[in-house]
Amino acid sequence: MESFLNLTIKVWHQKGPTEKGRFESYKVEHISTDSSFLEMMDILNEKLIKENKEPIAFDHDCREGICGMCSLYINGRPHGPDDDITTCQLYMRKFKDGETITVEPWRAAAFPVIKDLIVDRTAFDKIIAAGGYISVGTGGVPDGNNIAIPKDIAEQAMDSAACIGCGACVAACKNSSAMLFVSAKVSQLALLPQGKAESKRRAKNMVKKMEELGFGGCTNTRACEVECPKNISVSNIARLNREFLKSEFSE
Amino acid sequence: MSNFLSVSIGRKFLMSITGIFMMLFICVHLTLNLFLVFDDSGNLFNVGANFMSTNPLIKIMEPILALGFIIHIIWAFIIYYQNYKTRPIGYAVTDRSYSSNWNARNMLVIGALVLTFLVIHLINFYYVIKFDSAAMGQVTIDGTQMHNTYALVAGLFKGSVIYGILYMTAGILLGFHLSHGFWSAFHTIGFNNENWIPRLIVVSKIFAVIVATGFSIIPLYFMIKF
Amino acid sequence: MSNINSKIPEGPLAQKWTYYKEHQKIVAPANKRKLDIIVVGTGLAGASAAASLGQMGFNVKSFCIQDSPRRAHSIAAQGGINAAKNYQNDGDSVYRLFIDTIKGGDYRSREANVYRLAEVSNNIIDQCVAQGVPFAREYGGVLANRSFGGVQVSRTFYARGQTGQQLLLGAYQAMMRQVHEGTVTLHTRSEIVDIVIIDGKARGVITRNIVTGKLERHFAHAVVLATGGYGNTFFLSTNAMGSNGSAIIRAYQKGAYFANPCFIQIHPTCIPVHGDFQSKLTLMSESLRNDGRIWVPKKKEDAEAIRAGKLKPTEIAEEDRDYYLERRYPAFGNLVPRDVASRAGKERCDAGYGVNTTGRAVFLDFKEAIERLGKKTITERYGNLFQMYQKIENDNPYETPMMIYPAIHYVMGGLWVDYELQTNIPGLYCCGEANFSDHGANRLGASALMQGLADGYFVLPYTIQNYLAGEIRTDRMSTDLPEFEEAEKNSQLRFEKLKNINGKRSVDSIHKELGNIMWEHVGMGRTKKGLEEGIKMIVALKKEFWSNVRIPGDMEGMNVELDKASRLADFLEMGELIARDALSRNESCGGHFREESQTADGEALRDDKNFAYVSCWKYQGENADPELNKEELNYENVKMVQRNYK
Repeated sequence: MESFLNLTIKVWHQKGPTEKGRFESYKVEHISTDSSFLEMMDILNEKLIKENKEPIAFDHDCREGICGMCSLYINGRPHGPDDDITTCQLYMRKFKDGETITVEPWRAAAFPVIKDLIVDRTAFDKIIAAGGYISVGTGGVPDGNNIAIPKDIAEQAMDSAACIGCGACVAACKNSSAMLFVSAKVSQLALLPQGKAESKRRAKNMVKKMEELGFGGCTNTRACEVECPKNISVSNIARLNREFLKSEFSE
Repeated sequence: MSNFLSVSIGRKFLMSITGIFMMLFICVHLTLNLFLVFDDSGNLFNVGANFMSTNPLIKIMEPILALGFIIHIIWAFIIYYQNYKTRPIGYAVTDRSYSSNWNARNMLVIGALVLTFLVIHLINFYYVIKFDSAAMGQVTIDGTQMHNTYALVAGLFKGSVIYGILYMTAGILLGFHLSHGFWSAFHTIGFNNENWIPRLIVVSKIFAVIVATGFSIIPLYFMIKF
Repeated sequence: MSNINSKIPEGPLAQKWTYYKEHQKIVAPANKRKLDIIVVGTGLAGASAAASLGQMGFNVKSFCIQDSPRRAHSIAAQGGINAAKNYQNDGDSVYRLFIDTIKGGDYRSREANVYRLAEVSNNIIDQCVAQGVPFAREYGGVLANRSFGGVQVSRTFYARGQTGQQLLLGAYQAMMRQVHEGTVTLHTRSEIVDIVIIDGKARGVITRNIVTGKLERHFAHAVVLATGGYGNTFFLSTNAMGSNGSAIIRAYQKGAYFANPCFIQIHPTCIPVHGDFQSKLTLMSESLRNDGRIWVPKKKEDAEAIRAGKLKPTEIAEEDRDYYLERRYPAFGNLVPRDVASRAGKERCDAGYGVNTTGRAVFLDFKEAIERLGKKTITERYGNLFQMYQKIENDNPYETPMMIYPAIHYVMGGLWVDYELQTNIPGLYCCGEANFSDHGANRLGASALMQGLADGYFVLPYTIQNYLAGEIRTDRMSTDLPEFEEAEKNSQLRFEKLKNINGKRSVDSIHKELGNIMWEHVGMGRTKKGLEEGIKMIVALKKEFWSNVRIPGDMEGMNVELDKASRLADFLEMGELIARDALSRNESCGGHFREESQTADGEALRDDKNFAYVSCWKYQGENADPELNKEELNYENVKMVQRNYK
């Protein structure tokens, strides 16, 4: 049932990419447990605007857990204290009255802060540009039913393809590694017959790009898989390792 | 293959291979050590130790093993440093225990503790056996004369509770290191999938428990019995 | 009746597109490199257009407001994409898809455009499969299909409940491949604030860098707007928070016709509104209506007891449930088109049978489907949707029925374009949801993805060449030209003006007020009186906005409130235009329901004699009423009949 909370929000403030940041605490009152976390942030911002202060900047867009834009590290966990969700799907019923909630941006050298809680995730786009596709142009392709793809392979590929590119895996990883993100794309395309042709090249180019951009390596702590809002499995990482080693040893 | 080691998967591959290699060594080492508790006369252990120090294959493997250790250790620090650089500003609040195990996160620390022990261990036994064998007595078993290694080992544990506790702790730490290291090594070389992850983790835990109890039981045995 | 030329090619319907492709002008490879194209937006239409044009060899500049092109709201489309493959052997064909779309659109779309859409639909599936989109498969390895509203064949291809995501990622990846090749340059966190017109042709854009706050000038030989719909005029909608109509409004203010602005789709299956704090509405895919049954209690006292929390829906006996869609429309049942389902739901709630504490919801029940197919199958089909519902509502839809209510979802209206997807401003193109072209007065489920990708992959890359072939002698222009300078100056002044209002109200509070006016007066049931009142209120709110909005922060650097204020200023224009269009169209058709125009049993009543046209609004300046032009709709192949889903 709906009830109401009074909370202290301790949030990271940073004016610009090169400025020094600090934490600031705010009080919010009478927050419905049925409102989402971001709606609570809206209420806080509305209050700040009324006080003629600048509202807290945070990334968000679809607010239904699919665009991957929201990116808050709440009380020590990416996307906050609930499982299999993005921040926009976090509801205030997960918090207790009187609680202090600490909100931080993703922290990683490869994701520099732009403002307050907003980070720059273009590194992910660069990784995809390095090889996260099947090299096929528009037109001149065979009929969709030309290649039979077994149901379980299609399902597995879909499991991997469900990644929304939010970066929670990087935020959760003690090494700020993007291996889960990279491996999900490599797996999806390596599983499908269409993508097999260039799977070795893809794995190699994407992994190299990932490291060039300042992400760490994987030490198999599996934190990424637990915090991933879309349940992407670390078995993808094993597949990526396999693809990468195959690529290296075949040269 | 050119820049294999410049990429993290390559570096980790080397960690895994050396790790798997050392796990094999640990199996042999543990088997031999358990001879200590199965025969209080010490003959069984002495025969085993003598076999290990005279067998040519083991002799060849010895420097390779040493190299494996060195690579594994140095590499660990390099990888740690590289990963450390990826997060210049840390989190104010973290709840890491929710998503991962402490031993998986602290492989370097546990490994370093095991390494410290290893140095003491080498001084205690390896150095004596290799370079100061005159200090050990001799025994003759079935007509073959050999060093009384049993006396050296048993003597240490009988004589010192502190050493006993140190060796037990090290055994347990090694167990924690392996409970992550075992499955992780296979994962890194790509030998894993959705079905095998839980299986390998179970095997990993069993292996870790065997190693930890196996190594700890020896000093405990001497502490209680003698 | 009008001077509007839609440039429909000669010949019989089925040959028009082939004829066009064979006769249009094309650009030689060496010249393509010299031609710049700006593509605004990276959703299905924008990303696929950028990818295709880049691959052809054009020099493409792509813009999006998000941090990555992959965030575009196409990503949230759930159910699927239609194609006339007839893989199911259920009698589907290009012609049938064409007819269904025309009928679904309540005979307010262009025959030739719709036929072309149906024709290229099959190519889309092939294209996406080749890109590695993991469509659902049967055990034998062939592509699987599901049914969708408004049709009687099974032609919807899907990737779980995330079809839009997978298709968008396919297009995004194809585009990123071109970024890697160097044919596409990406500008993220960049918002279009003006379109530059030189000698009557679109020649570039002014953008605002959202991170630095700086205005930038970009030249191109042609500009493509693929910026999506303006549903957020209503504040609460299923659109993303950032979705806006600013680019197309700006094009309209520069002289482009705005077509059918009042054709807005209200989706029947959304999670109901909770409270004032609510920021957006979440859609539950139409595919749920395949297996879910919609009902309200038959007895008013039961509905009242449910609202009061005294009775659970599971306690209501089968015979006391009113499956009103199955009752009213036995032929299509729960799979009637969206506009029909939405109105039927509203009708029940208005009559006092609504559930939820607010009385503004109906049930979507899976009990029977779970009994018939088993929980596992239902989880496979809709698992992620059920999980999404549970997270929001804190209620388990496997056990108690879902509660749903209609919400603003999609706009059929948009910039007017001809057959070539060109607006009436030469060199300015518009594709995807941002244009008005293919859906008439109502869009069928799983057709938005089809249209976005058809435009981007297979239509625009051809048709734009017909124009660019005439531009090969136009050298790249300097952005120091007076037209660029003036456009930038005007934008700068506009932002300064917004920033300096320094009033008392937040952008959101005014936006919410606009949303309420729109929902109450320009929503599902529209009347002359309501619309006239609505227009007055919007005009007054516009005044309030321009005198009382408060934007903290600086002009320099990132300023989220300033971005939002600029978009809201445009939504206010949009709201007024929607209401004007709705007022002028005194008939009911598709998503547009004028209460004055209905049949005896409450169905929408079209007036083909007076309203079989596309309304094309022409901007006449800030303080003048826009001018209504009409593009007559001539049906040569289809007979206009009253839609009947009974």
